[in-house]
Amino acid sequence: MSSKYQVVIGLEVHVQLLTDTKIFCGCSTKFGAVPNSQSCPVCLGLPGALPVLNRKVVEFAIRAGLATNCQIAQRSVFARKNYFYPDLPKGYQISQFELPICLGGHLDIEAEGGTKRIGITRIHMEEDAGKLVHVDIPGVGDDSCVDLNRACTPLLEIVSEPDMRSPDEAIAYLKKLHQIVVYLGICDGNLEEGSFRCDANVSLMPKGSAKLGTRAELKNINSFRFIKQAIEYEMERQAEILDEGGKVIQETRLFDPNAGTTRSMRGKEEAHDYRYFPDPDLVPLVVSDDWVEDVRLSLPELPEMKRQRFAKELGLSDYDTEVLTASRELADYFEASLALYPQAKIVANWVMGEVTRALNEENRAISDCPVTPKLLAALLQLIEQGTISGKIAKTVFDEMYKTGHEPARIVEEKGLLQVSDSGAIEQIIDQVLAAEAGQVAAYRSGKDKLFGFFVGQVMKASKGKANPALVNEILLKKLNG
Amino acid sequence: MELFELTIHELHEKLKRKEVSSVEAARAVLARIEAVEPQVHAFITVTAKEALQDAAAADKRIAAGDVDLLTGIPIALKDIFLTRGVRTTCASRILENFIPPYDGTCVAKLRERGMVLVGKLNQDEFAMGSSTESSHFGVTRNPWHTDYIPGGSSGGSAAAIAAQQATATLGTDTGGSIRQPASHCGCVGLKPTYGRVSRYGVIAYASSLDQVGPVTRDVTDCAILLEAVAGYDPKDSTSVNLPVPDYVRGLANGVKGLKIGLPKEYFIAGLDPEVKKAVEAAIATYRSLGAEFVEISLPHTDYAVATYYLIATAEASSNLARYDGVRYGHRSAEAKGLVEMYAKTRAEGFGMEVKRRIMLGTYALSSGYYDAYYIKAQKVRTLIMHDFLKAFEQVDLLLTPVAPTPAFKIGEKTSDPLQMYLSDIFTIPVNLAGTCGISVPAGISQQGLPIGMQLIGKPFGEETILRAAYAFEQATEWHRQKAKI
Repeated sequence: MSSKYQVVIGLEVHVQLLTDTKIFCGCSTKFGAVPNSQSCPVCLGLPGALPVLNRKVVEFAIRAGLATNCQIAQRSVFARKNYFYPDLPKGYQISQFELPICLGGHLDIEAEGGTKRIGITRIHMEEDAGKLVHVDIPGVGDDSCVDLNRACTPLLEIVSEPDMRSPDEAIAYLKKLHQIVVYLGICDGNLEEGSFRCDANVSLMPKGSAKLGTRAELKNINSFRFIKQAIEYEMERQAEILDEGGKVIQETRLFDPNAGTTRSMRGKEEAHDYRYFPDPDLVPLVVSDDWVEDVRLSLPELPEMKRQRFAKELGLSDYDTEVLTASRELADYFEASLALYPQAKIVANWVMGEVTRALNEENRAISDCPVTPKLLAALLQLIEQGTISGKIAKTVFDEMYKTGHEPARIVEEKGLLQVSDSGAIEQIIDQVLAAEAGQVAAYRSGKDKLFGFFVGQVMKASKGKANPALVNEILLKKLNG
Repeated sequence: MELFELTIHELHEKLKRKEVSSVEAARAVLARIEAVEPQVHAFITVTAKEALQDAAAADKRIAAGDVDLLTGIPIALKDIFLTRGVRTTCASRILENFIPPYDGTCVAKLRERGMVLVGKLNQDEFAMGSSTESSHFGVTRNPWHTDYIPGGSSGGSAAAIAAQQATATLGTDTGGSIRQPASHCGCVGLKPTYGRVSRYGVIAYASSLDQVGPVTRDVTDCAILLEAVAGYDPKDSTSVNLPVPDYVRGLANGVKGLKIGLPKEYFIAGLDPEVKKAVEAAIATYRSLGAEFVEISLPHTDYAVATYYLIATAEASSNLARYDGVRYGHRSAEAKGLVEMYAKTRAEGFGMEVKRRIMLGTYALSSGYYDAYYIKAQKVRTLIMHDFLKAFEQVDLLLTPVAPTPAFKIGEKTSDPLQMYLSDIFTIPVNLAGTCGISVPAGISQQGLPIGMQLIGKPFGEETILRAAYAFEQATEWHRQKAKI
């Protein structure tokens, strides 16, 4: 893109909430059930059915609001957003419009040149629509069916200010927001299944200008990678238009992940008139100060606070604290292990090293890691006691990961006990030195660097079981003696 | 007296004493329906088979000594109430074959108490109208004079009572739809305070105005039926969590010392002289019973009809969006593609008046017009509400006409919707204010058509207006007059 322009990005994120039941009825929100099996008169939009607000949804909205530094409105109002679509059973979506539950928050992100504050305009609650399923019915042909299991599941819409100035800032904001909602336990954060969906408002303005350009709204972006792609494509597209002296038109554009491009979905003229008005079936929602305080007290420690604590109390580096707090589960795992083996740096290295590597290989979540904090701590104790070497410990870890067995049992069964018998080690060293007479001579004539080579050979000969400290000690004596 | 002529409390006595069985009562009512239905057409669906089953079940309960006031009583419901397994049309083609999978809260309460459901009653389509002429299933006629309308939208509910086709009925009232037909058919009809009765399972017309209420032969029945359906419902967020008083027990407390307000804006030049005379006579009766009268003012009355037709239609335009042919109800057979399916389904499924109101409401909510229409109407609604609250600082209840004229002739106003809308001028403000009102028989015109008077109570003041209505009923003979059909 020509460097003449500055991109301006605002994001609208839809967060699907982890409540057991839907926002306005008692149906289950479980994913993947038989189509329309999780439905009732309310979420089917039958005549005469009325919505009743799920209080858990309000609690989750308050959590999100507090975690993003918003004001929680004492009084908020549900409104109807009217439009026709087959996946929208009532012909309107119940949302919040003029009076949302949360207003005026912010998140701080790490941007080029330091910390940057991104404003959050509002957070509101709403119901999701159902899903259209396109099927080929034998004898009928292509047809569309409606699955209303998802209809009426609770969503939060989190709207940012147009404060981001690069795709990287947009991603930093989204990742931060994603981390927070997952930490809060209000969203499973699954982008592919649509639990965390993002629309991006993108516009360009001449560098140095204060007047925002005309924006396009990009929809259907369901991975962090696609967000960058979509915004970058859109920046190029708009820059080309402006370079040619044209005008960007306000429209909704659909991102095509296969082509990496965006295409027009509907223009401003075709924009729906949603005819929002307060839903007369629901009374205004009043949230007491006590309720907000209760929620505030129940908030989990957020990643930001956790990082600071890890740095201050445990003396871990910025890098370590960032990795360890990436998810609440990982941080919990680390802390549980640390409680049993209180050496922060060693535990951190193992969690970020072996544990993460093994999980990544299988794309497994930390929550079902076969090596529990208890097993990991037991392993670290074996190293500390000199029962096994650090090297053997990695073998033991892999075995634990496979079997879930206690490390001591594995060491015993596999004969991995560290050899700390100086007689036995001396014997191995003598064999190695005898076999490598040429290298011994070279060492003695001043090639000190060969010391490592001898250590390696001895360890190899002992199948890694020799106590490395003893090997060093005896070897040095023999070579120099 | 024939079994079908009895009130709830009279029939209950006979059932309790085992003088008659519920099956006998149901048979009598079903036979009466068959006899007069060709002239009246109060019903959309008669549920004879179900009624006899209900009645047999009620007789078992009675035999076991489990007799509730409503056990074994033949009741008919406006076709706006969802009844599980029984077709519910709201008098619209779009729901012509709709069989609900669930009972609404009121229906469930009545079933619990052992009612015998004899059928579903005609009404204006989606309760939009004042004459029951907009029903897809044809016009209901006034049993007092079959050239005349029974009022609406709960015209079937009132006509069935007047023609003795049910012991009691339920209707709904959004702008007068219980009180106006009750007045035109010589019945008692009560619109409770908004939030007093659950709307769950009642097809919505205008959600912030709709209320369920009884249409009955006398005030006692009205109290019995209101008590049966009133109360907080967790399924309706707008229902109010207040205890339900014993309405029947309070009836005989009299009106001595009650202060009754006469809103001067309701005694206007256009008021039919016979209606005026009936209301004046009622005032005299109350004076003789020891009530006191005060002239009061409801200064925003003039704006009520306009306000109503913005708010009600705005809500209706959204409430009726669900009838789209996708999941249930009528779907056009001819349409190709989604947009055409929507357009044709709704064009074929809805009648003229419904379409008119959907368009009005859509317009009032449209971007650029919302503030000038919908928001302004809401502000005026607040003013109207304050008018009433202010009046009730001075008086215990209000006495007014129900409708400016007795029933008009079938077809007389169908081509002039504005004239039709004005027939609800005295009832609409009560819905906008969210308070309660009752229509009680108070006269008969020279034409032989009934005339009602309206008593308007404070919010949740149903006890007071029932008590005043009962005192009037005891002092007069109007409720004993019967349609000669």
